[in-house]
Amino acid sequence: MVGVTALQSAVSIQIGIVVAYLLLALGVGLVAYRLTDRTAEDYYLASRTLGTVVLLFTTFATLLSAFTFFAGPNIAYALGPEWILVMGLMDGLIFGVLWYVVGYKQWLVGRAYGYVTLGEMLGDRFGSPALRALVAGISLFWLFPYVMLQQVGAGGALSALTNGVVPYWAGAGLITVFMIGYVALSGMRGVAWTDTLQGLFMLTMVWAAFVWVLSAAGGVGAATDALASSNPEFLALGDGSASPSLFGGGPYSLPWMLSQAIGIAFGVAMFPQVNQRFFVAKSEQVLKRTMALWPVVVLLLFVPAFMLGAWAAGLGVAMPESGNILPGILAEYTPTWFAALVVAGAMAAMMSSSDSMLLSGSSYFTRDLYRPFVNTDASERREDLIARVGVAVFATLAFVASLVNPPSLFVIGGTAFGGFAQLAPPVIVALYWSRTTRSGMVAAILASQLFYMVTTFTPPAGETATVWGIVVPGVMETFAGWSSSVVGMLVGLALVIGVSVLTDATVAEQPSVMQGPADD
Amino acid sequence: MSGRTASVVWAAVFALLLSLAIPWFLWDVSTVVAGLPVWLWWHIGWMLLAAGVFAVFTQRGWGVWMGGWSA
Repeated sequence: MVGVTALQSAVSIQIGIVVAYLLLALGVGLVAYRLTDRTAEDYYLASRTLGTVVLLFTTFATLLSAFTFFAGPNIAYALGPEWILVMGLMDGLIFGVLWYVVGYKQWLVGRAYGYVTLGEMLGDRFGSPALRALVAGISLFWLFPYVMLQQVGAGGALSALTNGVVPYWAGAGLITVFMIGYVALSGMRGVAWTDTLQGLFMLTMVWAAFVWVLSAAGGVGAATDALASSNPEFLALGDGSASPSLFGGGPYSLPWMLSQAIGIAFGVAMFPQVNQRFFVAKSEQVLKRTMALWPVVVLLLFVPAFMLGAWAAGLGVAMPESGNILPGILAEYTPTWFAALVVAGAMAAMMSSSDSMLLSGSSYFTRDLYRPFVNTDASERREDLIARVGVAVFATLAFVASLVNPPSLFVIGGTAFGGFAQLAPPVIVALYWSRTTRSGMVAAILASQLFYMVTTFTPPAGETATVWGIVVPGVMETFAGWSSSVVGMLVGLALVIGVSVLTDATVAEQPSVMQGPADD
Repeated sequence: MSGRTASVVWAAVFALLLSLAIPWFLWDVSTVVAGLPVWLWWHIGWMLLAAGVFAVFTQRGWGVWMGGWSA
């Protein structure tokens, strides 16, 4: 009886912490709602007024999905801590440079012409509503499964935390309802503020977990010694080969690490919720400060989080049933309430990604599909209303999809990033090269998406699968060790340049949109 | 620095930052220093250096490659 009572009180503490956290997020959303004008620009972009701390944390918390928070330590647990290098290069450096190259340029253009979405900017530059719809359609195609993934993660985390007392569907449903609540109400301002809260919370929790586990395990030296005796290969950089090679190899070979870092970093910059943040900075000063802080924030979060995953292997922590090592190592070394706080932190990571994705997904739908094609003279207030309804519909559909048993986090997460990465080469070329033509854009976007989808969705080379009675042949997924995501980007780059050289601009195209006022 | 020189110099600086982020010259090295693999110390130092370089860039190089927008 004592055991049952103890379990019940542990579960009620855990649920209490999670619900308190959700209510706090909703409260922040309500405060933001009171400050929001009823216009689309304010709803989506907080009227372009975000300051440094809020912009940094909203972008960062947005990047940190369920995938990063749980899958990162899992990868370090299974393969070794080199994932820290991959994520450092990806989110700290490549994304930092893209923050300037893509972000600052989009900010300048967006501020001058009032753009809210990537599709809107490209559609205007190339005089093509069809291009605008194409970019929005492709983005929504990759975004939807990714939102679903977050709900799967949140439902699973709540269910594992409470030993199944809260079933999976109830956990995912609870998160969905809360998110619809504060996103539909408060828009970008509410999302940015809750993200800041969530980002700070996660950072605090990871460091607390790091210190707690290490002091229980006897310090950094002892934890690493344990790893050196259980998995000595984890401490050696790379895949175990004697020297780095630019071609071939599996996990932690040089092509593998670079493919992950490049593919995901460019994908991140084209993810709607991140790309839209390029339009929201209050001033250049905000963009500048944020850029310099990127590598620091990445360092602060990923080193402790992923080392915990690697050390768990050395300390002999078994992978728990939930399939995530982070809750496993916490259950071993920290009290129940603390593990519950960290799981709340993981849910914060999922929610802060999902809320932004819902908002951006809704804006892509209303701005780039509904307004140009369904109701061209919708008023500001009408668009604002459609946007809020769109959030609720998008979230509900993703929730329903999440109830159907979905494939693993890593596979879908990885494929969505690659799908977005295919948009990067044509977009960057369009931002900087005035000779880019509409035909070049369309050819590059369609061909690179097709290339990526065929290589990703078909079975591995040499195997076949049968779908609805049709035998699908296997197609290679890596090329001399490089991922199809990176190879697809090269295909897109070659096509956008090649086709633009061979074709002429149509009269509707306006290269001046990207060129700026002082260029003649 | 003229506009053209600045373009080339900053491109080279960023290329250097990216190319040494994974310390391939420490490949297969498993030496542990102060409880962490030596390549992880390189990572920590390199990210801090990158933050410093980015900070200098925002002061000195901001506006490079932006064409007609930089005026």
